[in-house]
This record gives sequence, structure tokens and C-alpha cells, in this order.
Amino acid sequence: MEKFTVLHGIVAALDRANVDTDAIIPKQFLKSINRSGFGPNLFDAWRYLDEGQPDKPNEGRPLNPDFVLNQPRYKGASVLLARKNFGCGSSREHAPWALVDYGFRALIAPSFADIFCSNCYKNGLLPIVLAESQVDRLFHEAAAFPGYRLRIDLARQGVEMPDGATSQFDSDPFRKYCLLNGLDDIGLTLRHAEKIRAYEEKRKLEQPWLF
Amino acid sequence: MAQQTLYDKLWDAHVVHLEDDGTALIYIDRHLVHEVTSPQAFEGLRVAGRKLWRISANLAVADHNVPTTDRSAGIADPVSRLQVDTLDANCRDFGIVEFAMNDPRQGIVHVIGPEQGATLPGMTVVCGDSHTSTHGAFACLAFGIGTSEVEHALATQCLLQKKSRNFLIDVDGALPRGVTAKDVALAVIRRLGAAGGTGHAVEYAGSTVRALSMEGRMTLCNLAIEAGARTGMVAVDQTTIDYLKGRPLAPKGEAWDRAVAHWRTLRSDPQAKFDRAETIDARALKPLVTWGTSPEMVVSVDERVPDPDKEKDAVRREGMERALVYMGLKPNTAITDIRIDKVFIGSCTNSRIEDLRAAAGVVRGKRVASNVRLALAVPGSGPVKKQAEKEGLDRIFRDAGFEWREPGCSMCLAMNADRLDPGERCASTSNRNFEGRQGTGGRTHLVSPEMAAAAAIAGHFVDVRNWR
Repeated sequence: MEKFTVLHGIVAALDRANVDTDAIIPKQFLKSINRSGFGPNLFDAWRYLDEGQPDKPNEGRPLNPDFVLNQPRYKGASVLLARKNFGCGSSREHAPWALVDYGFRALIAPSFADIFCSNCYKNGLLPIVLAESQVDRLFHEAAAFPGYRLRIDLARQGVEMPDGATSQFDSDPFRKYCLLNGLDDIGLTLRHAEKIRAYEEKRKLEQPWLF
Repeated sequence: MAQQTLYDKLWDAHVVHLEDDGTALIYIDRHLVHEVTSPQAFEGLRVAGRKLWRISANLAVADHNVPTTDRSAGIADPVSRLQVDTLDANCRDFGIVEFAMNDPRQGIVHVIGPEQGATLPGMTVVCGDSHTSTHGAFACLAFGIGTSEVEHALATQCLLQKKSRNFLIDVDGALPRGVTAKDVALAVIRRLGAAGGTGHAVEYAGSTVRALSMEGRMTLCNLAIEAGARTGMVAVDQTTIDYLKGRPLAPKGEAWDRAVAHWRTLRSDPQAKFDRAETIDARALKPLVTWGTSPEMVVSVDERVPDPDKEKDAVRREGMERALVYMGLKPNTAITDIRIDKVFIGSCTNSRIEDLRAAAGVVRGKRVASNVRLALAVPGSGPVKKQAEKEGLDRIFRDAGFEWREPGCSMCLAMNADRLDPGERCASTSNRNFEGRQGTGGRTHLVSPEMAAAAAIAGHFVDVRNWR
């Protein structure tokens, strides 16, 4: 997993609540057996005027000019700003894969769906929860200033605005540690292999029908 | 000893290791695997040279991509076929038991787990699918995971989790005629909102829940995720035990007696503390119909499509306006005036035998309305299909003009050929009314099996409480 330390990036503002993972990456692209290549189909149904297919090239497809990511001012954005309950619905990890593949490294919203949030951390994508009032302010500023950028420092858990004002955010120490160091969860868990075996032995005696 | 909730008990029984910040390594008893969210996990294991930790904890089935029509010629769509073939190959290579597409036990992963007794009380059950919450009906700690976690569970039989907060939803009173577990679940979402349960583990309790069959409890827990709760659960009682007895993978003989004795402890202690609680009066519930593009956009069948102009919150108002445009609906339209093009009875929410019986009871001796282009009845599994056919339900559906199909996820998410065309409107017993969920441009209204069946006959939504 790629480390996340400090990000200074353009903010794209997607002003919708309850953005579900079906919208982030529609189901036809879930037929892939690979982890990469989802970026061109991120928000496919909103981003293009025709229907995308996994075996169809994306070059030359008609873009929806009203969709935020198609606006030149958001070109190269690495921070996505959204409203509450971002990532609700299906557990598909293809959603964070598509966001990362597109170029996003951090998300800011008043809340994220639980499974999606967990999937983000596994892919070096930082979901940042800020209060609705702060998210509102960011929406106003991103709309007012083309090329609006934020500086996100995970170690300090701060989102710094261009005027220097900083909003603090919460982060689980364990998840933060893994993300700062780009650590693979499985390797970490296997350090506890003896404990897992001991647990299984005990459980076999207590509830043998489970084995 | 301190009074514990059911969730506290399940959690404590599975902690293998605890980090200083409260992150726990949780042991996973059962891992259900399907074709969509697993290929990259198996590939990850191969790349790292890792083996499965405990092969027998896994059970696999292809359900999302499978055709529901004749399967003798295989899957026509090459992309879908590759995904299903990949699951077959991965299960073969890693030694996992799989109910392949033509196995008589094949079906939707959340239907087959309980049906086979692969889901047992007290287990942690995970699957790369958000509707894994379904299995909580058996007093399991059951939740959906992403593909990285699928790989993690395969390699370590554990997952890293933080404990959620306890949330009690108490539903009391007898359900009125025509009001079902689906309506209770939608009423919960209406009350909490689509994010209301985020960060919480929900326990459904109360006399209404106690009176529900296991099928009804599965419907209820299935939709916990649509209220934002990753897991929902119901305590063990005699209904749970009766359902499990004799299931192929359930314990037998002396082990059964020991298991039952343990399972009976899987309930919240009388004085257990919950962080949040809500009470729902079942007697006041009516059949519910979603009108928008989030399951929280739901009203009773005798209400009207809401008017965004009356909504004060700007973000909500814009969401409502966008949903109405997508759904092709005008504010203040009576729900019973909404005409439909297709009907889907199926999905991990409502495709079990009881759901099919209820829907068949509504359509028996009647004909699907002429404006309804397609009415699908898709059983949740091979055994459900067989049982329904034994009871003659297939004939009832066919005689009414429904198509009777092979088991799978089907039009719930349209990864196979079953889908809505742009602009088509569907009365669906599934779980999500998101934009494009049942097909690009498709318009979904979530309802109970009885309501979907009645809408198929009438050609528009009708109040099934008055059905004759």
C-alpha cells in the first residue's frame, strides 16, 4: 500500500449527500478480475452521456459537461469534497480502487459509510470527517476560488486552508500508523499467528461443532 | 458479571488480540465467498505466496453473474463468464467447497448460508457483500467486507475491527394484515435515515420480531446496512433452533444438544446497556413504498410523493429534487397512481420460500396487467426453487404471467442479463433503489413481495391491505 503522509492538492467539490458505491463505480465494471484500471469509469453514469461497458474503450465517449470532474478547474484534483454518508451501499472495494486510480488520495465529508471507510484505509485513501459547518465552508471556498487547494497532514491530523486556518480531524491511531507507513495488514496480523492458533484450540474444545 | 448485550457477547467471544487503541483482531468462523469480490483477493494471496489459514471455514457460490434462464449453454456474456470461471478455478486451486452454477444447492450467498446450516448462532460470518448482515438473524456477528478484508480473512481467519456502539431497535405489537418484515425494515430506515445506524451494531428485539419467522428476521437484518448499520442481529429463540435442526451442516446428535444449550445464552441480558434505542409500534405500520433514489426516501402506500419545496434543509431538498427528476415523478403524486413497467420478486432480501408463498397468494388466479412488460419471480436458491415447485407456486406465477427463473441475484443489481431499460419503472422486492442499480436509467421502487405481486396484477401500486 502507498504511504500517506502529506498531501497538497486541488479540491473537487461533489455537492451531493448519500453518494453510493453504485454511483462511484457502476456494477458492469465489477466484472473485472483486476484491481486496477477503474479510474476512467469512476462515476461513469454521471460523468458520461452514454452507458459505459467494461469491454468498451472510454476515449471519445461523450462527457457530461455538468458533472464536476469534467470541469477544467478540477483537473488534477486529488481531494474530493462531498456531503454526508459518502460511500453508502455495496461493499465493493472497486469504489476506492476507482477513486485512487483516478488520482484521489483524500476524501472530506461530514460522514462516511462504515464498510467504505474501512476499504479506503486499505488502499492508501484517507477519509477525513469534518463537521458539517466546516464542510460547508470548504464547499463555498472551493466554488469561489478556482484551483482551490488544501494541505492535508496525516501525522498532525490537520486540514490546512489557503489562509492558514487548520481543521483538526480524528484518526484511529492504528489505522493512522498503517497509512503513514504503508503497512500491509496481513503481514501485521500474521505476527499474531500463535495467538490465533491458541484461540482456535480453545474454541475447538468449547464449541467443537464450529470446526 | 456485568450485564451484556448480544453484540457484547459475540464480540468478546471472538477477540484474539487487542491493540492499545481498541483495534481488535477478531476471529472469523465462517467466510462466504462469491465471484465478484474475491478474484483480486485470491490473486493477492498468489502474489504473496500465502495459503488459506483454515480452508473448511470457507464456502463459495457464484450468484451475481449467473443467468436465471436456461444454463445448459453456460454464460453468454464473456466478461461474466470469466468471473464465474475464475471463482471455480480459485476454489479448485485453494481447495474451497463451492456450489458451482449447476449444483442443485447453488443460490444467493445469503440464502444458502442459513439454508445449509453453514450459518450457525454465535458465529462471526463475513462475506465480500454488504448484505451479509442478513445472517445476524441467527444471532451471528455478520458483516460485509471489502476485497482486501476478504484476502485478510482467507490468509489469517481474522479481521481487524473496532467495536461498534450498541443500538436496540424494539418493535412491538402484531403486524397488521398486509404488513411484513420488509415494511418493518423500511420503517426503520425511514426513522433512522440511510446513515442513522452508522457506527452501530443493531439488535432487533420486541414482540414483533419474536413473532417473525427466520425468513422475516433475515429480511429485517438484511436491510440493516441500508440504515447504515454494518450489522444487525436477533437473539436466539425456539424459532431459530427449529429452523436449524436437520440442516446439512448443522451439528448432529450430542453435538446438537451441546450447541443448543450454548445458543440459548445468545441474547442480551435483561439489564444490558445500549448506547441508543428506538421503539417502533408495529400496529401503526402500513405497507411502504420508496419513491426516490435512497432507501430513506420512503412513504406509506396511502401517502403521496413528497414536495421538496416543503423541505427546509438545502442539501436534503436538492437531493429530493434530483431524485424526482431521475425517478420521473412529480411532487404530490399519489403512490397508488404510479404505474409500473416491470416487477422483480427476488434478491437476498425477499427470495425465500415464505416470500414466494406470500407473493403467490396475491397473484393466484389473476393475470399480470397488460402494461407490465416483464414480471420475474426468482427463487433465492435451488432448494427454495424445488420447494416452491413442490407446492405448485411456479404454476401459480406462470399462470398469472410471471416468468419463473433459476436462482441468483438477478435484477437486484443487474450484473446478469436481467435488467431495466432506461426510464423503466420497477416494483422490486430488492434492497437498493440507487440510480442505475437495476439497469442504467432504471427506476426502482422497493416494496414487500405482497406489494410487488399486487402491483404486477394492478399495473400500478395498490394497497395490499385491501387486496381481494
